[in-house]
Amino acid sequence: MSRTKSLRVGSGAGTSDDRMVPALELAQRGDIDYLVFECLAERTVARENQSRVKDPEKGYTPSLHERLRMVLPTCMEKGIRIVSNMGAANPIGGARAARREAKDLGLGDMPVAVVLGDDVIDIVRTMPQLTLMENGEPLESLLPKLASANAYLGADLVSAALDRGTPMVMTGRVADPSLFLAPMMHEFRWSYDDYAKLAQGTAAGHLLECTASVTGGCFGWPGVKDVPDLADNGYPFADVTPDGGIVISKTPGSGGLLNVMTCTEQLIYEMHDPRAYITPDCVLDITELKFTQEAADRVRVERARARPRTDTLKVTVGYADGYIGEGEVSYGGIGAVARAKWAAEIIQERLRRRGFTYEDFRVDLIGMTSLHGDNGSRPEPYEVRLRLAGRAQDRKAAYAVGFETRAMHMHGPGGSGGACEPRVKDVLAVKSVLLPRHFVKTEIIVEGGK
Amino acid sequence: MSSVRVFDLAHSRTGDKGNTSNISVICYDDRDWDFLQRELTETRVLEAYKLIAKGPVKRHEIRNLKAFNFVLENALGGGVTISLAQDIHGKSLCNVMLAIELPGYPGRK
Repeated sequence: MSRTKSLRVGSGAGTSDDRMVPALELAQRGDIDYLVFECLAERTVARENQSRVKDPEKGYTPSLHERLRMVLPTCMEKGIRIVSNMGAANPIGGARAARREAKDLGLGDMPVAVVLGDDVIDIVRTMPQLTLMENGEPLESLLPKLASANAYLGADLVSAALDRGTPMVMTGRVADPSLFLAPMMHEFRWSYDDYAKLAQGTAAGHLLECTASVTGGCFGWPGVKDVPDLADNGYPFADVTPDGGIVISKTPGSGGLLNVMTCTEQLIYEMHDPRAYITPDCVLDITELKFTQEAADRVRVERARARPRTDTLKVTVGYADGYIGEGEVSYGGIGAVARAKWAAEIIQERLRRRGFTYEDFRVDLIGMTSLHGDNGSRPEPYEVRLRLAGRAQDRKAAYAVGFETRAMHMHGPGGSGGACEPRVKDVLAVKSVLLPRHFVKTEIIVEGGK
Repeated sequence: MSSVRVFDLAHSRTGDKGNTSNISVICYDDRDWDFLQRELTETRVLEAYKLIAKGPVKRHEIRNLKAFNFVLENALGGGVTISLAQDIHGKSLCNVMLAIELPGYPGRK
């Protein structure tokens, strides 16, 4: 039996580092049916794969524990079902961690349905001829240093997992909008022929997937685009009707703003061709889409359109690619910029004399040129923070960038201060390939329960 | 007829995918769309971003939302995962768009 009354799908996270309290407030006051936590960025799965290699129990999103501890009691009490990709590189491990949290909270044996099959590393290893979307080269060149390969799965699998009736569904890589479309497909039994409904659900998912970015975050601008009580901006939800009607709103009584302007910014965000936003579920076209402000903080979405889903799934491949080293030090007062520039020359000369080379190197004058480049006519600030960064395959070379920058205190131009400790981070690069769907073998299992 | 900044007519947000940045330009007032369509060209935008992006730049028109979407290739220092920039996602790049000055603004009629 498909649902006849309207459905409310809430957004509880838009990144693994997203704020947590607004998700709890949405669960408490939002009268939602589903709470979706989207926690994976492009390279996150590659990073979590490395965690799993070190410890087979790990590899899920580290913030899972704190996030679930906060919302689980409320969600279980109110019957709000949770959907999340916090499984990252280890969905079963994530499901088990979630079950332990439920047990520790006194919520008993909570079964969790798990979506498997996004990890396609063994499949792509046998397909060196696949073409990298970024540069047209064969995947073969990356195979020796491959750290992960994950296909973006669609809403159908998450919907099938919801059919198991568990309070929670845990996934690895699933396309962000698909996580939100899934409860709609599951409840209303939408099929892959219902293009108008898939389009509306996908547009809603895209509007919700970055939480506060549709409720005044990443938007406010004093005097031009004022946002009331941005400090308390609430998380959004979609009210969905069986025929694909969508209204976006946010936690009652929360701060922030949800209007046609915030919705338009978020809709175009991370989109390229507005006629062809490709997800695993459909090819979305927003060129006839219409927003209408129905009430304060309530915006109706109409006329999203879609074409059938493509025959391929996008796969993000992650691979280790050396190190990035960074250092920073500050200069202030008379001649601050001249001293900072001189310091940058000295540091680079010392790195050269020590024999280090870099694939890419960068000098920033923070306060002048670090965000938008040096056009030669930026006004000089009173103080400037010098930053150097270099990428190298040799970890020592990367470390030396920060080491030589810190040494400016004693070995550089006069009056520097506040150098940071040398920073080195592992580079986990990502590229993409398209994999024909039939190569991907998926499975749904249930951890726990009867 | 006077010059005007994109900032005075539109708001903007930046998104990222790999080494590509997409920057929206959304009119406050529908009547400014035709002016921006005429003056805020791909060439002008690439010129404004020449210190940051190699290009090419593609402009998509989204007339129904009184908006444009500019897609800038080779704009993010190789991509989020390997970029040496502080702002690896390029989230601040919309501010370059907003600062572009355009000549011959006729005003809203």
